[in-house]
Amino acid sequence: MDKFIRSVRLNEAACQGCINCIKYCPTQAIRVHNGKAHIIDKFCIDCGRCIRYCPHHAKVPEYDSLNVLNNYKYTVALPAPSLYAQYNNLTNVDIVLNALLKLGFDDVFEVSAAAELVSEASREYIKAHADEGPFISSACPSVVRLIRVKFPALLSKLLPIKPPVEIAAEIARARAIEKTGLPSEDIGIIFISPCPSKVSYAKAPLGIEKSNIDNVVAIKDVYPLLLPHMSKDESQLKPLSNSGRIGLGWGNAGGEVGGLLIDSYLAADGIVNILRVLEAIEDEKIHGLKFIELNACNGGCVGGTLTVENAYVATTKTKRLLRYQPVSKSHLSTHPEIESLYWDDDVEYEPVFRLGNTFKESLEMMSTVEELTKKFPGLDCGSCGAPTCQTLAEDIVRGVATSNDCIYVLREHIASLSKEIDFLSKASGQTCGFEDESTKLLHEYIHKLTTELDSFGVPERKKPEDQT
Amino acid sequence: MSEQLVFTYEIPGDDFTRAGEASSAIKNKLKMLGVENSAIRKVAIAMYEGEINMVIHAKGGVLTVTISDEEIVMVLADKGPGIPNIEKAMQEGYSTAPEEVRSLGFGAGMGLPNMKKYSDEFHIESEVGVGTTVTMKVFI
Repeated sequence: MDKFIRSVRLNEAACQGCINCIKYCPTQAIRVHNGKAHIIDKFCIDCGRCIRYCPHHAKVPEYDSLNVLNNYKYTVALPAPSLYAQYNNLTNVDIVLNALLKLGFDDVFEVSAAAELVSEASREYIKAHADEGPFISSACPSVVRLIRVKFPALLSKLLPIKPPVEIAAEIARARAIEKTGLPSEDIGIIFISPCPSKVSYAKAPLGIEKSNIDNVVAIKDVYPLLLPHMSKDESQLKPLSNSGRIGLGWGNAGGEVGGLLIDSYLAADGIVNILRVLEAIEDEKIHGLKFIELNACNGGCVGGTLTVENAYVATTKTKRLLRYQPVSKSHLSTHPEIESLYWDDDVEYEPVFRLGNTFKESLEMMSTVEELTKKFPGLDCGSCGAPTCQTLAEDIVRGVATSNDCIYVLREHIASLSKEIDFLSKASGQTCGFEDESTKLLHEYIHKLTTELDSFGVPERKKPEDQT
Repeated sequence: MSEQLVFTYEIPGDDFTRAGEASSAIKNKLKMLGVENSAIRKVAIAMYEGEINMVIHAKGGVLTVTISDEEIVMVLADKGPGIPNIEKAMQEGYSTAPEEVRSLGFGAGMGLPNMKKYSDEFHIESEVGVGTTVTMKVFI
């Protein structure tokens, strides 16, 4: 299993080779080479930001089509809480859950119900480990992957509890096996997801060996298909929902901490904001917190790239839905089928940004990076295909780019080459003598060309040389 | 002589929002070098406290960081008012920070003690009216 799996792919034909994605990528994982964007697998945390910002829609999220329903004898839908927030004026979750059955699923199990169990377990865990906090939520796979490559000191702070969707999948599978007597492989546990990050999670989860989720489909695919099946007559609905305010709130930023019933917490959303918070926690600049909720998408899961509704409109819709619900409907005591809510393994640090194999080698490489960075103009223009001059320098010492990829360095290079050509041309003219009119004209023409090329050179260096 | 890298940062005075920029930059470099987490943590905390101190008391200064394969040396030099009684300043909770600084949540009197606590070697020299130089070492 590839531990650096990602669920965004490039539509080569659509990619224009512009620099939007490389500039927006929070881990500087994208380069443009030969006019096409390339993602460096081990740097990518699957946050979906390039999907959001590519103006040409060349970054495509990968997920399963609903045809996967045909692969199994019995299927269970796991709707994310953010699915409900897509619909207008929804006051009863059972309308959506019943529609999922009409669409072709054999059963449903709400991720929001499992979320209430995770909330309960988290409350217990935080209480039992009061001196070891603050704990960082591990529900968003992109957050876990970000910490895995960038914040090794914080890995031990990750809440070692499986995400709600995993618990939902476990319960759904156990129930389906018990109900149908079918072997596990005939049962399809299908998550209806707000984001492609969960697609990668299902294939290569962190913290556990293997996920119980078989397939991941997109909210944006399911949303329109459910509409014709959504009954207005609530008396005809099967009572299926088993989640209250705590579980349904998980789809929004601040929802997870809402279920912890504590007040010493921090909740941050949006990948750039998260990076700042993680830096601050790492430096111990923030004190007195028990829990830190982090969501890679703005607004939380409702802001995922596989949703339909605007994240902030969806947040308001969720609030309206919550108004009619009790605090919580699912409790650990009524779910003996769950073997363990905890991770099997710790998540290990992946030092992907390390320069060399040894400290000495890294130090030498960094020394070269510093020298190269001084040579570059410091404009971070992206023309070389790397997001910043510093990243280009790092790429060069890693052996995957050259100085001439910098358009300013290249201009100087051309200017100095043209000077040499001019000099050689003049020298040859002097030794041979201008024998005929055509040779003379040729030399004049070369001089004219090289003078023009020379003017391509960067006239004034931005940085004074005495900085070193 | 073994190879070393030197980084110099100008710490601006009276701008709290920028204190921590240098320690953050160094922290990322140490990660790229593959330095142990425990050492990175010590450097980051000690350096951040030092930056804050220079902003609060000395209207900025110069921070020089030297990285070699044995140690990280941080030298914080300022031309601030100097410290009249170093022994007192090193006591936990002792603070001369002005009220507007304390109201921002700084000036709890833990700056210098923390810098000493998180460094493996700590040296401070100060002369009233001339300035203060703090040298901290973290072994790796």
